[in-house]
Amino acid sequence: MLSKNAISEDFFIDPGPDAHERLQEAMIIMNEGDTLTIRSGYYAFEDGLSLDIDNVVIKGEGMNETILDFKNQQSGAQGFLVTSNKVTLKDFAIMDAKGDALKVIGSKGINMINLRTEWTGGPKSTNGAYGFYPVESEDVLIDGCVAIGASDAGIYVGQSKNIIVRDSIAQYNVAGIEIENSFYADVYNNLASHNTAGILVFDLPDLPQQGGHHIRVFDNKSIDNDTDNFAPEGNIVGEVPRGTGIIVMANSDVEIFNNVMSGNGTVNLSIVSYSDDTDDPNYYPHPKRIQVYGNTYGPSGFDPDLETGDLAKALYEISNGNMPDIFWDGIVPMTQMVFGQPQDEKLKVKEDSEVSFLTISPIKYIMGFSNPTRTDKNEFKGVINPLEPIVIDGI
Amino acid sequence: MNRTVQFLVLLTLCIRSSAVDENLILAESFPKELSQFGFFIDESAQVPHEDVIPYELISTLFSDYSYKQRWVYVPKNKKAEYRDSEVFDFPIGSALIKTFYYPVDERNPELGKNLLETRLLLKKESGWEALSYAWNEEQTEAYKKVAGKTINAAWTDFMGEEKEVRYRVPNVNQCKECHASDDKITPIGPKARNINKDYKFNEGEFNQLAYWMDRQIIDDYPLDLISPVDWTDENQGIDNRVRSYLDVNCGHCHSPTGNANSTGLYLHLNETRDIHLGIYKKPVATGRGSGGFKYSIVPGKPEESILLHRMASMDPGVMMPESGRALTHEEAVEMVKEWILLMKD
Repeated sequence: MLSKNAISEDFFIDPGPDAHERLQEAMIIMNEGDTLTIRSGYYAFEDGLSLDIDNVVIKGEGMNETILDFKNQQSGAQGFLVTSNKVTLKDFAIMDAKGDALKVIGSKGINMINLRTEWTGGPKSTNGAYGFYPVESEDVLIDGCVAIGASDAGIYVGQSKNIIVRDSIAQYNVAGIEIENSFYADVYNNLASHNTAGILVFDLPDLPQQGGHHIRVFDNKSIDNDTDNFAPEGNIVGEVPRGTGIIVMANSDVEIFNNVMSGNGTVNLSIVSYSDDTDDPNYYPHPKRIQVYGNTYGPSGFDPDLETGDLAKALYEISNGNMPDIFWDGIVPMTQMVFGQPQDEKLKVKEDSEVSFLTISPIKYIMGFSNPTRTDKNEFKGVINPLEPIVIDGI
Repeated sequence: MNRTVQFLVLLTLCIRSSAVDENLILAESFPKELSQFGFFIDESAQVPHEDVIPYELISTLFSDYSYKQRWVYVPKNKKAEYRDSEVFDFPIGSALIKTFYYPVDERNPELGKNLLETRLLLKKESGWEALSYAWNEEQTEAYKKVAGKTINAAWTDFMGEEKEVRYRVPNVNQCKECHASDDKITPIGPKARNINKDYKFNEGEFNQLAYWMDRQIIDDYPLDLISPVDWTDENQGIDNRVRSYLDVNCGHCHSPTGNANSTGLYLHLNETRDIHLGIYKKPVATGRGSGGFKYSIVPGKPEESILLHRMASMDPGVMMPESGRALTHEEAVEMVKEWILLMKD
């Protein structure tokens, strides 16, 4: 039963009849500063949950102990929705939500710690889109979490600012970790494996926040991403080929270092422009100021996914089957094709000599040169200018 | 004391004792029972207190085919101020009251109603607050439900068909999902343009705005209002009907200040840009909501338009709106289908 301790303002929820109503009611009547504990056990819910109280802690007793199961969900577009500030969620699991598992909208200060989101039926296009889905939020921490089986991204941070994603595991999703249309993010110490693609840094047009920049991706392992793309068509990740380690698309100031990328059948690292038409005058579709250094590259390109999207097929053709570790599509604005890229916007690559690299010279490509590619990464050497680490107050 | 005076005193006492309790409207917490507010002089029959004025909207939100009765209460000697294309600015102490019900049989009103819930929007010192009261089975009282409630309801429709629904009374947070604009709770319905129609009051049939002026609960309204069309009015052009429907059913979230602004899909009446209306707009974070289709709206191809797919779906992970509906609004789906079909590329 719902009980309230008058001194410490702690709430406790136990499994049993009416657990959904008890939990949801507690998450509405609790006050700022309160803590709610969902005791270990199995909770089967038919309706989504939501939280709109600032400065509270909602915790379980472990991501394998407190299980919120939404298999029979009848209403609610996600398992758990948060719309308030200074919220800490930790130590529970959200299973088999009908839509997204955990969505956070417009929050300033959201800590997601030791949580698990999972679809248990394996990779399926009928799984929900996102495991962790903070959007339009600021000061976002995802720490020690596990995301399995999302039909879009296991961990997705969209249109947000000041973000840390660390020490987390993303497996069997289409995208393991995706940072989209976001500013100031550190993504480190994560394991992304057996997804279609490990880590994506994307920017898309026609959205309230765009111009993604200042993203550091380091000390991650993006390995053995070998799951066929199971995203429902229509979604941008549906274009991503199986076996991709990291993709950077249309962002500025991105630093990729000290990662291990291995066992990715199409390509370990790909840096590309947004390739679809858009009339958005405020959108910049090309990557710029991307720095890549000190990463470890294992086998890749041994099983390119020629069925999904255009990337793998184009790369396969242009490289004559010699898939590189690092690929840049070479596309820049027309003026820069003619007059060259500004020095400070150029891609920098500083990797061991045996790491293979390939880029396309678009002008040569358009004019039909027999070999429009460049593979000498020494052309892209330069002094690395590290970006400032991300700091979240109180973390 | 003569009899007439006695009678008048008694009458005054009677009216006073049944007055709307303004202190409860302003109180920090909501009372347990709806009857405590004194909005109704007969709860079961939903007969309002004389200061509680009924109204209707030109275009309404679909809520699983339930019927809605609306009332407004404005404190004595205060007036709601007219706001251009916005909801009236109601004074503190005001209440908007909405009861949801199914008739037992749509073909025969005399068989009565099944009251589901009464939702309140109360204007407190700190702003609007929303809460719903669910009716008991005896239909004698409605009780506060902060966490919402599931009601398995049934009715017989115009065709004589038995209908069933897992009706959800929204919880406090779900009220906010639709009623939040720039993070503040706000009413959606009572914009001058949306109540600019006639209504059969006890005293006779009048334009609602004229009646509100007469009752001195609003300060003003323009005579040259451009009102949305009633989407059910087949004499109107389909574009106006659909835009009116989308505005009231989707536009409160799908607008630059609404809850769904991160999607870039804007369906409020003022949006004019094709891409933001969904025409050849790619989904952003739609997941399986896309149904395997590439664009929100493909002109001429309703069967490939995500917008229609999500309107028609009854799967909680796919359907739009996200809350407040468990059934498909067949008539609206047909209309939007035709609208997309007629749309020129």
